[in-house]
Amino acid sequence: MLSSQSGAPGSQEFAVIARGVEKSFGALKVLQGVDLTVGYGKVACILGPSGSGKSTFLRCMNHLERIDKGFLHVGGKLVGYREHAGKLYEMRPNEVARQRADIGMVFQSFNLFPHMTVLQNIIEAPIGVKKLSKAEAIEDARRLLAKVGLTDKADAYPRTLSGGQQQRVAIARALAMRPKLMLFDEPTSALDPELVGEVLTVMRDLAAEGMTMIVVTHELGFAREVGDMVVFMDGGVVVEQGSPSELFTNTKTGRAKAFLSKVL
Amino acid sequence: MTQVLNWPASHDVEKMPVVPLKYYGRWIAAAVLLIVIGGLVTSMITNPRFKWEIVAQYLFNEEILSGLLATIWLTLAAMAIGIVLGTGIALMRISENRVLTSIASGYLWLFRGTPLLVQLIFWYNLSALYPQITVGFPFGPSLGSFDANRFITVYVAALLGLGLNEGAYMSEIVRSGLNSVPVGQREAAEALGMSRFRVMARIILPQAMRVIIPPTGNQLIGMLKTTSLVSVIAMQELLYSAQLIYTANFQTIPLLIVASIWYLALTTVLSIGQYFVERHFGKSDRRSDATPQAEVEDPNHSARSA
Ligand SMILES: Nc1ncnc2c1ncn2[C@@H]1O[C@H](COP(=O)(O)OP(=O)(O)OP(=O)(O)O)[C@@H](O)[C@H]1O
Ligand SMILES: [Mg+2]
Repeated sequence: MLSSQSGAPGSQEFAVIARGVEKSFGALKVLQGVDLTVGYGKVACILGPSGSGKSTFLRCMNHLERIDKGFLHVGGKLVGYREHAGKLYEMRPNEVARQRADIGMVFQSFNLFPHMTVLQNIIEAPIGVKKLSKAEAIEDARRLLAKVGLTDKADAYPRTLSGGQQQRVAIARALAMRPKLMLFDEPTSALDPELVGEVLTVMRDLAAEGMTMIVVTHELGFAREVGDMVVFMDGGVVVEQGSPSELFTNTKTGRAKAFLSKVL
Repeated sequence: MTQVLNWPASHDVEKMPVVPLKYYGRWIAAAVLLIVIGGLVTSMITNPRFKWEIVAQYLFNEEILSGLLATIWLTLAAMAIGIVLGTGIALMRISENRVLTSIASGYLWLFRGTPLLVQLIFWYNLSALYPQITVGFPFGPSLGSFDANRFITVYVAALLGLGLNEGAYMSEIVRSGLNSVPVGQREAAEALGMSRFRVMARIILPQAMRVIIPPTGNQLIGMLKTTSLVSVIAMQELLYSAQLIYTANFQTIPLLIVASIWYLALTTVLSIGQYFVERHFGKSDRRSDATPQAEVEDPNHSARSA
């Protein structure tokens, strides 16, 4: 069961508060009590070996996965549950949708809508969910396209773009909802090495503007340079966390050491 | 076996004329078939027993045309019922509710597992089973009742029979279309805060359409001809109109030709329509606005002589 406390101390000041988050797929317990606190305006980079539950944890934050146990606050709200008269009620799908509208997500495989042009991809949710006027949404979209350096690709279909361009469109699409928090799940892992840079540049700019970001990544250079905190996950728990300089130069746990020695 | 091949300098392959392979077998087969088809066509035209003058006489006969009209609306209406029902059944089948998936599977099992002809005759004779049809809750209050004999006309029986049967087949087509859309599409849409309805209507279905439309076109063309089955319950569609005429004047073959000409004309129109609809939904696949393909290698700089 979920712990009944919901108004955690200072829950408004932090973008994400996770306490003892557990999640199983059948018999496989993927998250075994994850604890994490991320403040607004911070960039948290999550590292860890494959299968350690990084993606699952990220997906829990916008309720693409439902947690079994523990407590997860995102943007000052309990994810997927509504508190009423001392009980937690599971949210209806449209309430979950409203909650997600404030959280942007960027996937490893881009997941652009292939039947829509770049511009249509970006304006779809602002018009359909935020009820922006079409003109307003298009203006926003063009501004975002300029920001990710793809002004001339507004009318192209996703399959005509390179991976790096597609991922930049995906970032623009998420930003169009004006999210308070951006989640990135290995945004550069599906890219050819020479395309990684252009995506990281966009993310770096975003961080510089003060966007709160949680980034699952294998790009240690990015984590070191842009991250305010680095979180090392293994076996479904947070094994170690701290500032990049702390974690990279003064690694405490054996598991994090072993992982870093392999990827460095 | 790693051996470096050295082209002799005199072998300048690039300058030699190219002799394409000749497919003699294909040409012979084509010629034989043309002769056979030519013979058949001539025999059809010259054999007086085809009675082409009677075909011409009845092609625009009033009863034939009204039968044609009945065939057209029956096809469209049954197909519309089938598509709506099929989409509903498909959504039930992929739902997470066990009861809904079981009901949908049961529907498919029943309507796909019995001959359409039997279903048509069954609906036509429904009034024998239920002389009085009552709408209401099981064991609960009734919302009204009416006389089955008057309600189940040939039209209703034909629509029910064709539509419910088509629903079963369409549900499989719609389901395979929905399954063809990668889960990442749903997740990306949901992550943007779209409602379930919106995700389905704007993201999943339009992509599923590309898989759904070609077989649906086939179903539609199939339905056009399947409507001829309702002649057994005496509904006056195209075939039955032709039958009515030839039982009176014994010109069986010419009237069957008349009906066939109309069926062919309609399928032709539908096939052309299908082409345009498919093209519309395949829009994002055409690379008209794509970046140019890799340039063709300049032959003067080819590395072949290296
Ligand atoms: N929907 C699911 N059903 C069943 N098992 C799942 C599901 N999603 C993830 N898993 C399992 O959960 C475990 C953790 O997966 P997760 O994707 O969170 O790992 P990860 O840390 O992101 O790894 P990677 O670096 O490879 O992306 C894996 O063993 C995976 O097979
Ligand atoms: Mg992952």
